Amino acid sequence: MSDAAANQPLKTADGIPLKASLARAESRARRKAFLLVLPLLAFILITFIAPIGQMLHQSFYNEGFTVREDVVSGKRTPIMVNLKQWFDENPQGSEPDEAAYAALAADLLHLQELRAAGSAGTRINYERSGSRSMFTKGARNAKKLEPPYKEAILDLDDEWSDPELWQVMRDASSGYTINFYLAALDRAKNADGEIVMVDPERQVYVKLFIRTLVLSLLITFLTFILGYPIAHLLATLPLRYSNLLMILVLLPFWTSLLVRTTSWMVLLQSQGVVNDALVASGLLGDENRLQMMYNQAGTVIAMTHILLPFMVLPLYSVMRPINPSYVRAARSLGATSFTAFRRVYFPQTIPGIGAGALLVFILSVGYYITPALVGGADGQLISNLIAFHMQKSLNWSLAAALAALLLGGILILYWLYDRLVGIDNLKLG
Amino acid sequence: MAASQNEDAFVEFERVQKSYDGETLVVKDLNLTMPKGEFLTMLGPSGSGKTTCLMMLAGFETATHGDIRLNGRPINNIPPHKRGIGMVFQNYALFPHMTIEENLSFPLEVRNIGKSDREAKVKRALDMVEMGAFGKRRPAQLSGGQQQRIALARALVFEPELVLMDEPLGALDKQLREKMQFEITDLAHRLGITTVYVTHDQTEALTMSDRVAVFDDGRIQQLDAPDTLYEEPQNSFVAQFIGENNTLEGTVKEIRDGIALVQLDDGELIDCLPVNVSKPGERTRVSIRPERVEFNKERLQAGAHTLKAEVMEFIYMGDIFRTRLKVAGNDEFVVKTRNAPDQVRLKPGEQIEIGWLPQDCRALDA
Repeated sequence: MSDAAANQPLKTADGIPLKASLARAESRARRKAFLLVLPLLAFILITFIAPIGQMLHQSFYNEGFTVREDVVSGKRTPIMVNLKQWFDENPQGSEPDEAAYAALAADLLHLQELRAAGSAGTRINYERSGSRSMFTKGARNAKKLEPPYKEAILDLDDEWSDPELWQVMRDASSGYTINFYLAALDRAKNADGEIVMVDPERQVYVKLFIRTLVLSLLITFLTFILGYPIAHLLATLPLRYSNLLMILVLLPFWTSLLVRTTSWMVLLQSQGVVNDALVASGLLGDENRLQMMYNQAGTVIAMTHILLPFMVLPLYSVMRPINPSYVRAARSLGATSFTAFRRVYFPQTIPGIGAGALLVFILSVGYYITPALVGGADGQLISNLIAFHMQKSLNWSLAAALAALLLGGILILYWLYDRLVGIDNLKLG
Repeated sequence: MAASQNEDAFVEFERVQKSYDGETLVVKDLNLTMPKGEFLTMLGPSGSGKTTCLMMLAGFETATHGDIRLNGRPINNIPPHKRGIGMVFQNYALFPHMTIEENLSFPLEVRNIGKSDREAKVKRALDMVEMGAFGKRRPAQLSGGQQQRIALARALVFEPELVLMDEPLGALDKQLREKMQFEITDLAHRLGITTVYVTHDQTEALTMSDRVAVFDDGRIQQLDAPDTLYEEPQNSFVAQFIGENNTLEGTVKEIRDGIALVQLDDGELIDCLPVNVSKPGERTRVSIRPERVEFNKERLQAGAHTLKAEVMEFIYMGDIFRTRLKVAGNDEFVVKTRNAPDQVRLKPGEQIEIGWLPQDCRALDA
């Protein structure tokens, strides 16, 4: 081939550029492959990505104070429009004047017509407790309100003059807000719109995030300490013994999570098997039975047991192919058995430790059922609070904000792991 | 404990037995004495106990019975890391998470040798195997032959007096294997290291060793220099295992003047060297090397017994001709002749007569 030809793009015998020809030749196979994964892709999109996206949207968008959606007809009616107009015309920090109260009176009347006072009040109640009843009461009496509206409304309930309430309404009058994230971090806006910590006795979320993190790290560490020797034994025992041991490791996997958790309750409660055995053997007086249930100890014990296989299996899959001759070589080169382990065997299992630790940690950070059943008051994790806001308080936006923070935290940890250990060092099996 | 019986013995196995399950013996009554500086190969089929012997010497298996002595000192109860024996493994066992330099430095570090000393020794060891430029690489970035050299350098870097090698060339291709065979023996002799080498490749054993111990069924069948082993096998296992061999079966008729007269199963009589037959009437296997068979009548000794043979197949192999014959009912009888200008090329179907010197024809156990 001459130099000139070497610089030209390669062509097939027909003179079509080689790249185009290659793309055409392979496009059919690629289309086929895409069609094969399409059902799964659609499934994930509909059942996983879309709900998460919607939930994340909910964490910074709540239209409870801006739109009334009729449950039956699905008709959407804007509410609190007059008040919103006043907020738009008057900047942050303006003292609510007669016009503001007039707008409020008009909106309350509108709420009464739509029977929407409860839902609008609930939105304000998320951030300032006691507000919901003010709205329902205000709407009930809206027809009787007469100018001057300020006096009339304050006559109804003088709480209406609270500047904090006006700040909350100002924020809620637009659907988009970061207030739920602030609340999830134990912060709120004061009357002047500045971000401040909430009262110390209402600061729960940050504490719970930290507790979740600490307990998850502890559980990860415990599964590692307990799982490493088992995995090593599994990897080195002759096949017939290791198969039996493998079944023992997997058995909990095949048992329902609820069954395993409740069996821990049977074992650990103060009248339970463990305490009874300790008392019967005389190690413990009947009056000082150990409190191992409905506290953090219960959560840690039960979750360590339940998550153990997630540590053992990645470790096993990494240890199995390690040739015993590495340790033998180290020994013959003069290393004691401990040095051979530390310098030769252990470093080769690090990918498995990374994978197992990441798996256990991520699972335990989001764990819900076990802490709910055995955790008691101080063994609850952040996921239990998310569930509370989803199911009990129905403050979905706050639940979504908490969940988004949890997701963000895990992604950051994942990124850190990738930077420190390298994600291609991860071996799950 | 009995004192060392042999003054120059460096490695000694005395009445060593090994069983894994308490029911069968893998090594049965092993006795072996090696002087310092010797290159000894343990050769045998798989399952013959040779690797077990090596592992007992290295300290990874304990002898069920008997003594193993190194330099006169019993080592049965010394853990492997205190034996100071260099070892090259079949799969090289280079630590994959360390660079070549770190691999070589490892035995020096665990011996608490200072950094500058360590670096000098590592460099010397790498230069010795001509791998000086590869110190910063990882084992996975090297070819099989290069890894082999590094494994060798690592086993030698802490200057052990005894080096064990467990089929170290098994994974290499033929050309590289032959090159490494030469390099390993050259290095071992140059450094004066005592070497125990395990292999199942008899060519490797013959070309490299000072002495070869042929293992079978947990015993040393014969321990001799390569030429003795090939030319004077002591039993039919060794004759079969080492090199190519023709076997004829028969019964001893009489033994006189150091010559045994053997009647083959088809009635023919031949002269043999009695090796482990002692009296008439014994069954025997007669072993003749293919290159010692003669069919040119002029070169046969006068009065030598000859056998009728039919040519079955003639194979041209370049440097030699390999002719398969049917002799006394055995159609796997092979004759090798040198490709010389005057050499006869036999044709299939030809009827010839073959013979040999009585001392080349060894009457062994049946």
